Amino acid sequence: MKSYILLIASRNLRWFFIIVSIIVFFRGHNAPGGGFIGGLIAACAVIFDSLATDVKIIKKYIPVTPEFLIGSGLTLALLSILPGIISQKEFFKGIWLKFVLPVAGEIKIGTPLLFDLGVYFTVLGVVILLLFTLMEEWKWKF
Amino acid sequence: MTLIIASIFIVAIISFFLPRKAHNYKGVILSVLPLTLFLYFFLAAGEVKNQGIYDEGVEWIPSMGLNVTWVLDGLSSLFALLITGIGTLVFLYANAYMKGYHGTDKFYFYLLMFMGAMLGLVLSGNLLIVFLFWELTSFTSYFLICFFHEKQESRSASLQALLITAFGGLALFAGIILLYIITGSFNFIEIIENSGDISRHPLYVPTLILILIGVFTKSAQFPFHFWLPGAMQAPTPVSAYLHSATMVKAGVYLLARLNPVLGNTPEWQIIVPLFGGMTMFVGAYLSISQRDLKAILAYTTISGLGTLVLLLGIDTMLSVKAALLFLIVHAFYKAALFMIAGYIDKKTGTRDIKNLGGLYKQMPVLFIFSSLALLSMAGLPPMLGFIGKELIYEAKVQTPGIANLIIVLGVASNIFMVWVSAMFAYDVFLGNKGINQPKDKKNSFLYLLGPVCLSLLSLLSGLFPSFVSEMIIEPALSSVITYGIDVKLKLWHGFNLVFMLSAFTVLTGLLLFTLRKWLVMLLEIINRKWFYMNFSEIFNIVIDRFIKFSNNKTKYIQHGYHRFYLMTIFIITAISVWVQIYITKGWQTDLQFSVFPVYIAILIFLLISSTIFTTISKSRLAAIIAMGVVGYGIALIYLYYSAIDLAITQLVVETLTVVIFVLVLQRLPAFATMSSVRDRIRDALIALSFGSFMTLLALKAIDVNFNHPISDYFVENSYIKAYGENIVNVILVDFRALDTLGEITVLTIAALGAFALIKLNKTKI
Repeated sequence: MKSYILLIASRNLRWFFIIVSIIVFFRGHNAPGGGFIGGLIAACAVIFDSLATDVKIIKKYIPVTPEFLIGSGLTLALLSILPGIISQKEFFKGIWLKFVLPVAGEIKIGTPLLFDLGVYFTVLGVVILLLFTLMEEWKWKF
Repeated sequence: MTLIIASIFIVAIISFFLPRKAHNYKGVILSVLPLTLFLYFFLAAGEVKNQGIYDEGVEWIPSMGLNVTWVLDGLSSLFALLITGIGTLVFLYANAYMKGYHGTDKFYFYLLMFMGAMLGLVLSGNLLIVFLFWELTSFTSYFLICFFHEKQESRSASLQALLITAFGGLALFAGIILLYIITGSFNFIEIIENSGDISRHPLYVPTLILILIGVFTKSAQFPFHFWLPGAMQAPTPVSAYLHSATMVKAGVYLLARLNPVLGNTPEWQIIVPLFGGMTMFVGAYLSISQRDLKAILAYTTISGLGTLVLLLGIDTMLSVKAALLFLIVHAFYKAALFMIAGYIDKKTGTRDIKNLGGLYKQMPVLFIFSSLALLSMAGLPPMLGFIGKELIYEAKVQTPGIANLIIVLGVASNIFMVWVSAMFAYDVFLGNKGINQPKDKKNSFLYLLGPVCLSLLSLLSGLFPSFVSEMIIEPALSSVITYGIDVKLKLWHGFNLVFMLSAFTVLTGLLLFTLRKWLVMLLEIINRKWFYMNFSEIFNIVIDRFIKFSNNKTKYIQHGYHRFYLMTIFIITAISVWVQIYITKGWQTDLQFSVFPVYIAILIFLLISSTIFTTISKSRLAAIIAMGVVGYGIALIYLYYSAIDLAITQLVVETLTVVIFVLVLQRLPAFATMSSVRDRIRDALIALSFGSFMTLLALKAIDVNFNHPISDYFVENSYIKAYGENIVNVILVDFRALDTLGEITVLTIAALGAFALIKLNKTKI
């Protein structure tokens, strides 16, 4: 029994999910949001789509494997610690760069953002890995 | 010098990003790194001879005495030259050898990591950092040995090596800490300066034993020697680098380094030569009956390591000199022979000595240089090996006390070495044509470069030993003996006792070789009657039994039923908390009810009714959806109380949980057996008690007041120090980032565990 509602909804909302997840991720530092939530929402984008159709089809058009996502997430998180260690010789210190954009005003980017990005990718990879494994092994068919 | 070590690790990571086209030459490209490092150490040898290079390095945790300091003195320089020099040759060799295998990226990565770790080990001035690199070498060795991870033997061999060396590493760590307790420092230069009273300290013997366990496991001494033949499962470049020339010598390095501290006592001079001598003899004896070329080389390596440990144990100036020289000698010929064995394996398809033969016609170049290496192993002039053997005999002759026993053991072992060398030379190259013949000999340059260089070095150093003696051995010796000495090596010492011993050894060895057919049969009978213990199998059996035993005992608690686990947790927690509440009469709370709007009341009513529906519903799907309603409802409550991050997270997690439950649902059998009424009552009681005490705790938590709530600190500093207005997020990624790192690691492990369990469990479910 195919659920057309889920199928059409997920197909059209896919990009919406991803854009929202990116926005949520970037505003995390000053407003509700952040890496965890962003990663979960981005995972929703993939999961709903694969619920509606077959996992194999979805796997083909995702550019990277979930394992790669997890690995790169953890690596990013670890890399974000390095500038702190190298420049300030203190473990886990956050390094910030300030610059002024003409329209947006003053923007601060720092290593916590990189860390959050690592968290984002890790959470995304973990959820996708878990659910894909379940769906594949248990031959999920809608 | 921190830069030098760090650069190796950086290159290791970068090596993954080499462009596709260059993959075939990856080894050659990467060999530039060890080559430059070798040149650096070579040019620095002059300054090392004068006074040594000491680098302050980086402070890490000064209050614990953990600082990253570097020491480049004679001993480190000797090792550093070996590591980088042989490293260069190994990378070039690996380029040719590893062609055609997949997974070579990881191979080169681990090889570079190993080189960095080994170099860090010998250059480090702080014992804790030495330990760090020690463990890192075991770790990288594990991955390198199980490169052919499809083969069961590779996996078990690498695991065996890891377990043994890690066990030794733990002992070493304890020994280092004891040393810190005795001397107050981890920096071994300081330790050496204060070394006078260490031998009389009551903790001396335990320290010595623990450190010796670490050394003996890493350097494959008896009875920990059996992991080394297993490690031959590794690809041959790894065997040539790690298991002959560098990693196994790390124990010897530590022994030499700590000799001024721990040596010169009766305990040292009895225990160390005892194990060294046993290893030396056992290794040589077992090498005769081997058929695999690499196994022969492995056992002779064990014997060589035994010799080194023996000499360092004898602890005279002469024996230490002999040990340092033999270190170089052994590295040269062993690495060369391993590379040769690998080459023969590649070209003829076999390493079995019974199937080879008569290769000298088709591989004349190889034959010449192999003979040079084998001459060095047998200890014949004019190779460096001869000088080495002579020096060893001289040291043994002059050993105070047990000289006779040591000489007998030494001569016997060396007789076996001569026999083995002759066997290698004859059975592989001369003699009748074996079954396997070399197929094609294209692209042999890189294969042969290593053996050629090393054999020539052996030869030239033998003929002109002054460079080696002055620039390398002398400074190294002064690091170990801590007073300056002149070292003179000569090729010809005259017709003295030592020369007689050498001549006797060689002649007897050759004699035994010619009689080998009968002798091997005799040995096999002896082996079967007396020495049938296969240590490696015993080790595996012991580990296996241990795992089975613990499995048996844990089965009572870990029965595999999820709901019983939960029940146990709930019951015990509930009981302990309720007892506590009863004793302290803590059920009194100041409940102040604030007024809340109508929609919240409706929400709460909805939640309660959904919960009740979940428990009494007969349809699984309906129960799951009702639980989802409860989850969303809780999210709305969070929203009402302005915990927005929490609410969003709850919403998304609840959604995904419902998805997972639905997936599980479709795999469960169609007709459910509902639990009996008795079970339901039991479950309800447990759930109610657990839930009620959690509620009580939550209510009480509001009343508890600490003096300085840490939330004030966060509120104040979140914007100033961390540039963020969302305090929750700032705490997660900045203030408590280490915690978050741990959490995402746990997430990863959970996902990987679930992945493995689900994929492997094909029969059940």
